[in-house]
Amino acid sequence: MNWLLDLSPDEWNAVRLSIKVATVAMLVSLPIGIAVALLLARGRFWGKTLLNGIVHLPLILPPVVTGYLLLLAFGRRGPAGAFFADYFGLVFSFRWTGAALACGVMGFPLMVRAIRLSIEAVDRKLEAAAGTLGASPLWVFATVTLPLILPGMIAGAILSFAKAMGEFGATITFVSNIPNETQTLPSAIYTFTQVPGGDEGALRLTLISIVISMAALIASEVLARRVGRRMDIE
Amino acid sequence: MSVLVDIGHRQGGFSLEAAFESSGRLTALFGPSGSGKTSLINAIAGLIRPERGLIAVDGRVLVDTKEGVFVPRHKRRIGMVFQDARLFPHLSVAANLRYGRWFTPAAERYGDIPAVVELLGIGHLLDRRPAKLSGGEKQRVAIGRALLASPKLLLMDEPLASLDEARKAEILPYIERLRDETKIPIVYVSHSVAEVARLASDVVVMAQGKVAAAGPTTEIMQRLDLLSHEERVEGGAVLDTRVLHHDERFGMTVLGSPAGEIRVPYLRAIVGQPVRVRIRARDVMIATEQPHGLSALNVLAGRVAAIEPGEGAAIEVRIDCNGVTVMARITRQSQHALSLVSGRDVFAVIKTVSFDQANMAAAPKEQFDA
Repeated sequence: MNWLLDLSPDEWNAVRLSIKVATVAMLVSLPIGIAVALLLARGRFWGKTLLNGIVHLPLILPPVVTGYLLLLAFGRRGPAGAFFADYFGLVFSFRWTGAALACGVMGFPLMVRAIRLSIEAVDRKLEAAAGTLGASPLWVFATVTLPLILPGMIAGAILSFAKAMGEFGATITFVSNIPNETQTLPSAIYTFTQVPGGDEGALRLTLISIVISMAALIASEVLARRVGRRMDIE
Repeated sequence: MSVLVDIGHRQGGFSLEAAFESSGRLTALFGPSGSGKTSLINAIAGLIRPERGLIAVDGRVLVDTKEGVFVPRHKRRIGMVFQDARLFPHLSVAANLRYGRWFTPAAERYGDIPAVVELLGIGHLLDRRPAKLSGGEKQRVAIGRALLASPKLLLMDEPLASLDEARKAEILPYIERLRDETKIPIVYVSHSVAEVARLASDVVVMAQGKVAAAGPTTEIMQRLDLLSHEERVEGGAVLDTRVLHHDERFGMTVLGSPAGEIRVPYLRAIVGQPVRVRIRARDVMIATEQPHGLSALNVLAGRVAAIEPGEGAAIEVRIDCNGVTVMARITRQSQHALSLVSGRDVFAVIKTVSFDQANMAAAPKEQFDA
């Protein structure tokens, strides 16, 4: 146990950074994921198939390609990158924020899929009933739809978190592998495997990432079961 | 309080073209499934948008396609009780009940939670989740939830259709209390003669997307030709009566009506209480002279008002008993043997035991007093 927790400062930083990046990626993509899932589940508009395809692209493209596309769009001189830097002071390239963006994008299709399925499972008759009780569409969404899709949201969020913890290709392509800034757990493990005598460190970090991922999965199970028991949908 | 509907709507191959106006306490939309009843109340509730027409409740225009008026459902203040209850599974019974109240301006709220809980007998359910309730309990909570949104009109879409007979019998008295003890007018969709005869003050009969007939229940229920083949067996006259006295010795209750005294099996009701009875046409015999040595206790003197063709060997005789109509279904052969014609003085004979509890209920108050 001591051996496992006896980490160097750089290794600790990689663990901390990974958790930070994954958490931010999950939290920021959650509202966007809900909106897109709603559009895909309920919307009727031209180009829906196209939107669906774009959302799912990161799932089928090689991660390096996604990373490179992010570099083109969100790099310092990329159109989106320049926009965020000029208007929000938010820089992505070679920063941990860029790692979070890459992780968020890679986990997005998984998150949207989980939420979309739960939205499609919502009985719309319940929403109609809420309407006759005086709830405006926005209130219906907040008080009926949202609570009913909570299990799907939890599942989607955990999937996104887990994907972010393991994301490697897009991240390293987009924001490189800078210790203390963009070196997440997978990048750190990769670095260890590239230097002589790094096996021990690589194994240590591997075990830690297994523990974190398992903890996230178990937490989501417990949470989903508690929500499910509370709701007890027949 | 009045409901005015005049709409046209097409959905797939079905076309609805219906108009009615009612100011009754409980207006039944009656007809076989697929006759457009549910589409009609969905349009009133704002769940569907009719292609053409006008809907007004108590003078407030909710839909007027000519003027481009369409009030969204959450601004209509029209309560709806669905066949499938539709309780929110993620909320407790208490939270379900409070749901609509929250969206009602404080000044427009009426009826508080304890009163509604008492009215529907759901006090012991408040902490439970909807999934743990029986069908009948769910439906009572759904009624309470709709009431507590303080609606100006309550719509009920076959609220008993998915329940078994025992559960129906459990809920019917609550709907009667609702009709008599609250001031909210009710529009009640049903395909059951028994329910309509028992509950409604007014009936709108629907058939193939159109209104086939409309009027007070006692009048409409005599029109056996409006009933489907299956329901025709159950058809008959509806009489509003009052309890005269109880006959303790033989366990009977004597009801008074303009047609004369009617003896029925003992009824838990106080003297003077209005009671509505349904006399099925098949339970009525006709005699041309005062019968003697007969076990049947109810013999009502009357005059044949009309003879209408029935199904197969049967005909249906409309007997006017001092202003009250009693329907009798007899064979063509009996008609011939008794040489029954319109205007002939006859006696309608009804066995006391042909009245069961399902055919007797508290009469709608206004209906009786009117």
